[in-house]
Amino acid sequence: MTADRFDAVVVGGGLHGLSAALHLARVGRSVAVVERRWTGRHASGATAAGVRTLGRDIAEIPISLEAMEMWHRIEAIVGDDCGFHAHGQMRIAEREEHMPALRQREAQIRALGYGHEEIIGANELRRLVPALSPHCVGALIARHDGAADPHRTVLAFRRACEADGVVIKEDCGVEAINRQGADWLVVCGGLRLRSPVVVNAAGAWGAQLAALFGDEIALGVRASMMMVTERLAPLLAPVVSVVGRALSFKQSDQGTLVIGGGLQGSADIEHEGSTVNFVELAKGARAASDLFPAVKGVRIARCWTGIEAQTRDHLPVIGASPQAPGLFHAFGFSGHGFQLVPVVGAILADLVTQGATRRDIAAFAPQRLMQERAAA
Amino acid sequence: MSDTHTDLLIVGAGPAGMVAAVTARRHGLTVRVVDDQPAPGGQIWRAIETVAATPRLGRLGEAYRAGLDRTAAFRACGGIYEAQSQLWQIEPGFRAFVTRDGRARSFTASQVILATGAQERPVPFPGWTLPGVLTVGAAQILLKTADSIPEKPAWIAGCGPLPLLYMTQLLAAGGKIAGFLDTTPPGRLGSALRHLPQAVARLGDLAKGLSWSWALRRAGFPIIRHVTELRAEGKDKLQRLRYRTSAGSEGEVAAELLLVHEGIVPNIHPALALGCAVTWNASQQCPVPVLDGWGETTLAGVFVAGDSAGIAGAEAAEPRGRLAALRVAVKLGKLDDHAAETSAGAERGLLARALALRPFLDALYAPRAQVFAPADETLVCRCEEVTAGELRARAQQGRPGANQLKAFTRAGMGPCQGRQCAATLMQIIAATQKRPIEEVEGYRVRPPLKPVTLGELASLDMQEPAA
Repeated sequence: MTADRFDAVVVGGGLHGLSAALHLARVGRSVAVVERRWTGRHASGATAAGVRTLGRDIAEIPISLEAMEMWHRIEAIVGDDCGFHAHGQMRIAEREEHMPALRQREAQIRALGYGHEEIIGANELRRLVPALSPHCVGALIARHDGAADPHRTVLAFRRACEADGVVIKEDCGVEAINRQGADWLVVCGGLRLRSPVVVNAAGAWGAQLAALFGDEIALGVRASMMMVTERLAPLLAPVVSVVGRALSFKQSDQGTLVIGGGLQGSADIEHEGSTVNFVELAKGARAASDLFPAVKGVRIARCWTGIEAQTRDHLPVIGASPQAPGLFHAFGFSGHGFQLVPVVGAILADLVTQGATRRDIAAFAPQRLMQERAAA
Repeated sequence: MSDTHTDLLIVGAGPAGMVAAVTARRHGLTVRVVDDQPAPGGQIWRAIETVAATPRLGRLGEAYRAGLDRTAAFRACGGIYEAQSQLWQIEPGFRAFVTRDGRARSFTASQVILATGAQERPVPFPGWTLPGVLTVGAAQILLKTADSIPEKPAWIAGCGPLPLLYMTQLLAAGGKIAGFLDTTPPGRLGSALRHLPQAVARLGDLAKGLSWSWALRRAGFPIIRHVTELRAEGKDKLQRLRYRTSAGSEGEVAAELLLVHEGIVPNIHPALALGCAVTWNASQQCPVPVLDGWGETTLAGVFVAGDSAGIAGAEAAEPRGRLAALRVAVKLGKLDDHAAETSAGAERGLLARALALRPFLDALYAPRAQVFAPADETLVCRCEEVTAGELRARAQQGRPGANQLKAFTRAGMGPCQGRQCAATLMQIIAATQKRPIEEVEGYRVRPPLKPVTLGELASLDMQEPAA
C-alpha cells in the first residue's frame, strides 16, 4: 500500500492539534490531522473554556497576552466568534487576610511592565457581581479576559481547518511510526501517511507518542472535574475564582452555571476514561453556594472530568524534539491550555517552517522534562 | 455491619428489588434498598399499601392486588429500606450517593442489584411538548396514587397493553375517553400468531387482553386503526390533533388532552453510568444490559433484575430478582454453588413460563417505524430544543457518533441527560449513515443520575471529613 504524503502530520485532533494544522495550512503546507477518536474527544471537549490571562505563570504571560489579542479577533481567524465573551475574570478575596497576596501579585506583574491585572475593592466588586455574597472584600481582575463555548470552538477550528484544505482523519489511532528516508511513516487506522514533519498534540497521551520517537518526557495526568446546572436567569457575567478554594464559577450563554476549579477526579489513561469523585466535588458545590447563596436550590444537570496532561512545573511542552528530526511537541498544558490555543498554533507553524519563533518559548522546552526523566 | 455499609445494595423497591431483598436476607446478607417512591411496590404496585384500604383496589384489578403480599414480605424481611431516596450516583467499588429530604448521603456495598424498572419509550412527534400532551404512564400513575381522573375527555394514541389497560381502568373510574388512535400497524396479529404455539400456556393472559379490547369497543368511543402519523397542534396548549392512517386517510379532531404510549423500554441509565456493556434487543427495539444467567452484568458485582434487564413484566421480574440474590449470596460465601443451582432451577422454570408470551407481545406491539423517524421539524431533544432535521444534517458530516452529535448540537446535554432523546438519536444516526443500529454507540452517561441541587451536594462536604 502506498502512503499519502503531507508536509506535516498532526497527531491529536484536540484544539492545539487543530490550531497547529490551521496555521500550517495557512502558510501553504499540506496537513493531515490524525485523531484516535474524534475532534475534541478529550480535554478540548471537557474544558470549562476559560479565556484567562489572570494569574498566569510569569513565563506564560507574553504568549498568553498575544493569545488574548487573537481571541478578541477570533472570528477573523476561524470564521466564528466561538461564543467568546470578554466579561473579565477575577480572583476574589473572601477575607482581608487574602488581599496581601493579590496585591503582591499585581505589584509583581506591574514591575515586569504588564498592566492587565488590577486590584479592585469591595464596592467595585459588588458593582460587577451583585449576586456575590457580601462577605467578599476585593479581587484581582483581568477585565479583558472571559470565556468561550468549548464545543463551538472545536467546531469552528475544525471547519476553518477543512476550509483551508486540512485533511482530518478520525477513528485513526497511531499504531506505528517509522523513519522512511527523510520522512516519517505514520501508520494509523489502516492508513499510511508520509511526512517530514510530525506535530505531537496528543494531550494526555503526548508522552506516549513522544516515546515512539525516543523522547522520554516526564508527564503526569490530571482529571479536573466540572459541573453544569440547569439553565437560570442571568446571574453574573465575569468568571469568578476564589483565593484558597478550588472554585471557578461562571454562567454560559445558555444560562447554565459552569462550575469547576481544578478539583480532581481520577483518570485512566489506558482506557481513556475518567471518574467523578463526588466527595471531592462537594467542596466545589460548597464553595459555589457559599459565594453565591442564591444558587443552593439550582439543580446540577451533569458532571464530568476530562483527561489532561500535567507537567511538573505546570508549564506546557512546546518545542522541537532534541533528538528526532521533524518532530515538534505541543502538549502538557496542565489544565490551562484553552486560552493559548490560537498562539500555540502560530508558534508551531513558525517552528515547522522556519525552525524558530520570535516568541520566548525557552521555558517550555521539552528538554527540561527529559533531563528529569533521565535523572530519575 | 456499619451504619453505611451493607453486603448488598438494591436500587428499586418494585417486584424484582423486593424479592431480591427477601431472598438475600433469607441467606443472611445485610441489605439496603433505596427507592425514590414513598412506599414499596414499584410502578406495577404503586401505592398498593394505601390503596388497599380503599374501593380503588377493586377497580385496579387482581394483578394489582397481588402486590399486597409482596410488600408485606418485603417490609418484614429485615433489610434497610430507604424510601424517597433519589439515587444519583454509584461509583465503582461500590459507593452510592442518594438524596433524601434535601440532604445527600453515601453508602457502600459489596454487591449491587439494579432493579430500576422501565420507562415509557419516548415518542417525538410534532407538538409532543405542548401542554395537554402527556404519556399514558403518567396518567396511570395519577390514577393509582391520587385517584386522579382527567377532567377533559382524553384522546389516547399508541400501541401496547398499557393503553388498553389504562382505558379500561379509566372507564371503571368514571373517566371519559374521546377516542383511541391505535398506532398498531396492519398485519401485526398475523405475524404475532406465529409465536402463539409457545404462548399457549398463557392463554389466560391473552383472554384478559381480548376482554379489554371487547370492553373498549362496547364503550362506544371512536377507534381509529393503523395510525402512522400524529401531530398535536395548538397555541400555547393542545387544541387539536391531526393524524394519518396507513391507508392514507387523514383526520383532524378537537382535543384538549392527549395521552400517548408506544411501549416501555428498560431503564438502563444507572447500568450505563457504571460502564456495563449493553446490547441491542431487536425484538423490543431498545438497548438492554449484557447479562449472564444470574443477571450479572459485564461489571463484576453489578446485577440487573426486573424490567431494567429487558421488558418482561412483573411475573418475570420476581424470578430474576431471586436469581440475582442467590448469586450474590454465593459470591459472598453465604450459599454454596450446588444449593444455588438447585434453587435457580425452579426460578428459571418460572422465568421461562413468564417469558412465554413475550415473543407474541413483542411482535404484536413492536413500535411502528415512524416512531424512530420523526419529521425534520420535530423536537428530538426537548431539553435543548434540537430538531430531528438538525441532527440528520449533522449526522451526515463525517459520520459522527452520538457523543459527537451531542457536542455539536447540545442534544442530550439538558437536565434529562438523554433519557428522552438517546433512542431516537441513535435511530437517526443509523438511518442517516446507513449503519445497523447495533453498531451505533449511545451517549456516555454523565452523573448525576437524578438532578441533585448544589446545596444538596454541598451538604455532603459538611458531613464527610475532608479527604
